[in-house]
Amino acid sequence: MIDIKRIQSSSAGSTVGSSSFFTDKRRNGIKMLLLVLPFLIFIFIFSYLPLLGWSYAFCDYKVGVSIFKQHYVGLKYFKMMFSGVGNFTIVLRNTLVLSGLGILCSPVPVIFAIMLSRVRNGKVAKVIQTVTSFPNFISWILVYALFFALFNTNDGAVNILLLKMHLISEPTNILANADAAWYFQTAVGIWKGTGWSAIIYIAAMSGIDQELYDAADVDGAGSFQKILHITVPGLLPTYFVLLMLAIANILNNGFDHYWVFQNSLVTDRLEVLDTYIYRIGIQSLQYSFSTAMGMAKSLVSVLLLTFANRLSKVFRGESIF
Amino acid sequence: MEKLTAKDHFLKGLNLFILLVFTVACFYPLYYIFINAFSSADAIVRGVYLIPSEFTTVYFNSLLDYSSLFNSVFISTMRTVFGTIITVLCSTYLGYMVTRKDLPFRKGIYRYIIITMYLGAGLIPWYILMKDLGFKNNFLLYIIPGAVNAFDVVLVKTYVESIPPALEESAEIDGAGVLTIFFKLIIPLSLPIVASLTIFSAVGQWNTWSDNFYLVSDPKLCTLQYLLYKCLQSNMSNVTNSISNIRDSAASNHTNITPTGLQDAMTVITVLPILVVYPFMQKYFTKGIMLGAVKG
Repeated sequence: MIDIKRIQSSSAGSTVGSSSFFTDKRRNGIKMLLLVLPFLIFIFIFSYLPLLGWSYAFCDYKVGVSIFKQHYVGLKYFKMMFSGVGNFTIVLRNTLVLSGLGILCSPVPVIFAIMLSRVRNGKVAKVIQTVTSFPNFISWILVYALFFALFNTNDGAVNILLLKMHLISEPTNILANADAAWYFQTAVGIWKGTGWSAIIYIAAMSGIDQELYDAADVDGAGSFQKILHITVPGLLPTYFVLLMLAIANILNNGFDHYWVFQNSLVTDRLEVLDTYIYRIGIQSLQYSFSTAMGMAKSLVSVLLLTFANRLSKVFRGESIF
Repeated sequence: MEKLTAKDHFLKGLNLFILLVFTVACFYPLYYIFINAFSSADAIVRGVYLIPSEFTTVYFNSLLDYSSLFNSVFISTMRTVFGTIITVLCSTYLGYMVTRKDLPFRKGIYRYIIITMYLGAGLIPWYILMKDLGFKNNFLLYIIPGAVNAFDVVLVKTYVESIPPALEESAEIDGAGVLTIFFKLIIPLSLPIVASLTIFSAVGQWNTWSDNFYLVSDPKLCTLQYLLYKCLQSNMSNVTNSISNIRDSAASNHTNITPTGLQDAMTVITVLPILVVYPFMQKYFTKGIMLGAVKG
């Protein structure tokens, strides 16, 4: 009898609300849902609700007025980006140049990992890896504090040293040098990230079949040949994934890095989309224009990511994620 | 094995040399700050490169009079402790729940969480929402909005899936509920991943300052990172003013306290917690790199 009831109630279209609807399985399912529901609501509030804010980009947003009563202006703010109003084109140039330089330098951690793998003394290799990974774990403010201490014109070590060696006649301030700003920041990025990024390649290297190296030894291959024909191809899939992610993030340089290193002399070179959005939105209160830029940035990343994933499926037969 | 020629030896040496130069470059800036923080003002002007010169703790002593510093250390510690506990608990819990076969719409819920990794609304909508929710000038801003971290959920899910399901089943037969299984079984069994999430989010919390910068202007809620930033921006004038207010009456000479020394001392204080936990982090590097790799 009970069995029949269960079968009936679990079949589609059974009378909703009757006591037989609540089978043990269903009751448990509802209980499970209730156990995650608060978290799903939480995620909705903090991750999905902000998406509604994209509507600010399509109206002249006024603070304190309900979303439904804002004045709709269509694509005005999206057109504004490319109409030469403000510094948008300069900011976009900086963003692309800085991301581009970062991408150009993306083989550095690979090279570093390969070089490290050639160090036979395990303890030395460990020390090198430990020390070089450390800068990844300090905030950009600390990075700035360190570089400021080293490079400032009053008592920075670099200036004092160069002056003493008579290589320069007066203090030079690389932190305020607009011509060098792009390259200097790229170097700072390499300084901070190389040791840490290399770890993933070191891990990938340990996954390369040792027999390949043994076979190459038998064939009389030298160290360079082994690196070129075994190690590098072995690391390429990992490199490819990280490169794709870097390309998808081409518009997201990160706020912290470029904000802390900005000063009036280099702003022209270091103002990137992330800092510009802050400046326009929160400092100048142009919420709509700022939201439009943020929205465009987000959509471009998602599009690039989807495209990269498609590419990865075609060439590697597996998706990035 | 390979027979090493002179050329091989040279290349090996060159390889090690380049690596060591880079290692020193990574290490030296921090070391430089440390030795300067313990050197006298005169010595700093002359240049201190290798060991502290004219050893002094005068900068740290004067910072003792800077009450904002204590307040910020307290705020940063609180956000690190509570922020970490909350985010690790929430992310681990969700990571476990999405592995449960009896959770209806499991795949859909998982996707719903994953999507948040890729689709950010951007600064302004987030900023306005935070203001509307009352997080402006509110300590909770530091610990609540980031409570569920999608990356962490993915990591925990993958890890829990590798635990033999028989363990969970036998606990269920013994009558253990979902929460009992989570706290008594899943957390102990996932300790490596939980420890790794804990240490990485603790470091992240200690380092985060942009939320402070965007939404918290109340100096009582200022994090240590942001305080350091403000001090750097003002060439330490806020520190020296605050200290001299106290000291002028005591007629102590603060000519031997330079902004540079104070700056170095404050940087040392800010970086110290990271240096302390760093040795413990290394065990979790390979797990952490998965966080780093995806997070970019």
